[in-house]
Amino acid sequence: MKIKANLISGRTADQGAHLEAKTHKGYFDACAYCELNSADLERLGASEGDNLKVATEFWEVVVFAKANEGNPDGLAFIPMGPWANAVLSPDTHGCGMPGFKGVPAEIEVTDEKPLDMKSLMKKYLED
Amino acid sequence: MPVIKDAVCSLCGSLCDDITVTVEDNKITKIENACILGHSKFVGMFEHDRIETPMIRKDGELVSVSYEEAIEAAAKILVSSRRTLSYGWCSTSCEAISGAIQLAEETGSIIDSTANVCHGPSALAAQEKGSPSASLGEIKNRADVIVFWGCNPVHAHPRHMSRYSSFSKGFFTEKGRKARTMAVIDVRKTDTAKLADKYVEIEQGSDLLLVTALRSIVNGHEDVIPETVAGVPKAEIIELAETLKNAKFACIFFGMGVTQSRSKYKNGDAMSSLISDLNQHTKAVMIGMRGHYNVTGFGQVATWETGFPMAIDFAKGYPYYNPGETGANDLLVREEPDAAIIAAADAGAHFPQKAVRHLARIPVIQIDPYANPTTELADVVIPSAIVGIEAEGTAYRMDAISLHMKKLIDSKFKTDEEIVKDLTEKVRELKRGA
Repeated sequence: MKIKANLISGRTADQGAHLEAKTHKGYFDACAYCELNSADLERLGASEGDNLKVATEFWEVVVFAKANEGNPDGLAFIPMGPWANAVLSPDTHGCGMPGFKGVPAEIEVTDEKPLDMKSLMKKYLED
Repeated sequence: MPVIKDAVCSLCGSLCDDITVTVEDNKITKIENACILGHSKFVGMFEHDRIETPMIRKDGELVSVSYEEAIEAAAKILVSSRRTLSYGWCSTSCEAISGAIQLAEETGSIIDSTANVCHGPSALAAQEKGSPSASLGEIKNRADVIVFWGCNPVHAHPRHMSRYSSFSKGFFTEKGRKARTMAVIDVRKTDTAKLADKYVEIEQGSDLLLVTALRSIVNGHEDVIPETVAGVPKAEIIELAETLKNAKFACIFFGMGVTQSRSKYKNGDAMSSLISDLNQHTKAVMIGMRGHYNVTGFGQVATWETGFPMAIDFAKGYPYYNPGETGANDLLVREEPDAAIIAAADAGAHFPQKAVRHLARIPVIQIDPYANPTTELADVVIPSAIVGIEAEGTAYRMDAISLHMKKLIDSKFKTDEEIVKDLTEKVRELKRGA
């Protein structure tokens, strides 16, 4: 089952606390997840901790599922960082700022596992 | 044992200047008053992965070299490059930023700050319409209505509300939170929204509509407002507009929910107009919730040295600025730079995939205390001392108030200021040789 979502990124305290510890597993845990409300997770057939593939027109990334009841239906949140930016929009509409909020995404449960920071960056070098 | 009081935290734009640090044997053993982010910054000195030595990539692997070798390798990249991007410089001092601008001028580079992916649109908005602002001290002492729009200080600026805004007690606001109205406008119920008197949930990307509706009401034209705007019922918008109009002193703090969403700088532009409208009725100001602790400082230094706050292109021999053209992300997406310096910031982590792909293809010089995603792409890595802990310097808080950051302990690492000076001298030497 796939769902369509509106993807945003943003800061969290854990992401901020790992800004200068990005090689640590704590950074991976703080950033490599996607929050949806539990109704959306249920539609996906996903539980917290399951692997989700988040795909946009720009790329796709695998992250963990997390529930957040503060999210309205169809709003997906990934903390700012390399996992979010793998799928957000590079288009700046002529003002310098990429589209880090409001990118249409398709989300589904996957058997693939999220890549750690170094493995994700390696994909750019291999590209 | 030395106890250093009123140290400035060099993590976020709140620049809390009341940190107490205990130092024993050149190590920080106790940190008081810092939030989770600030605490992590100070303990990071001993717990996080420092870049221990300068490094150069050889056969795909980063190998240790001396500072001199790394500076020479970096200078060679700069001299042979025809279009260098210098990006970041926001987790460092104004003194280092000034040197970085000089280096960019010397090498005909483009220099841009982290505002490119943060509050850059706010700078554009300020140029279009102005930025009616105040110091955080004024907010603490006077503001009875505080709005957080598209920002989440509980997570991004954890002590902001207790030191400067919602919960703080000031000269005319001695009752603190009890006598302040706090509103949050956001697309999801954040932890900040949970603390608010009013939470207005808007449809993502429709900030401009809501600002425009508020302006219409403040200007006496509520009849033109449809029953729902941006997913918010008309009655709720009227209530918010009345709260703002009836304030003694209102401040709208805005974040990346405003700058990164559809309409981007036009959101800030409209917000500035709303503040202007409100000032027909009361006193109102707006302040951007800045991320890196000295991103505001970059804007200040760059403006007084070049006339522009960011995205400055020196290719023509004089400063040229047009963020959609000379912004770091646009340049990388167009695959224009043939080399890059990434300093005191992390483009590898914070740029979208298309920009990072280009960074992976070109020579990258990194100047930073810590290993991060940019290190994985870098060809020359130069470690630096941490400003506010191992080096002193000036930084500007989010309200453009400058503060002096103390040096708390000694370091074996060169400061950003020294590295930039060394690089500039080496570049000049190589150019003379050519």
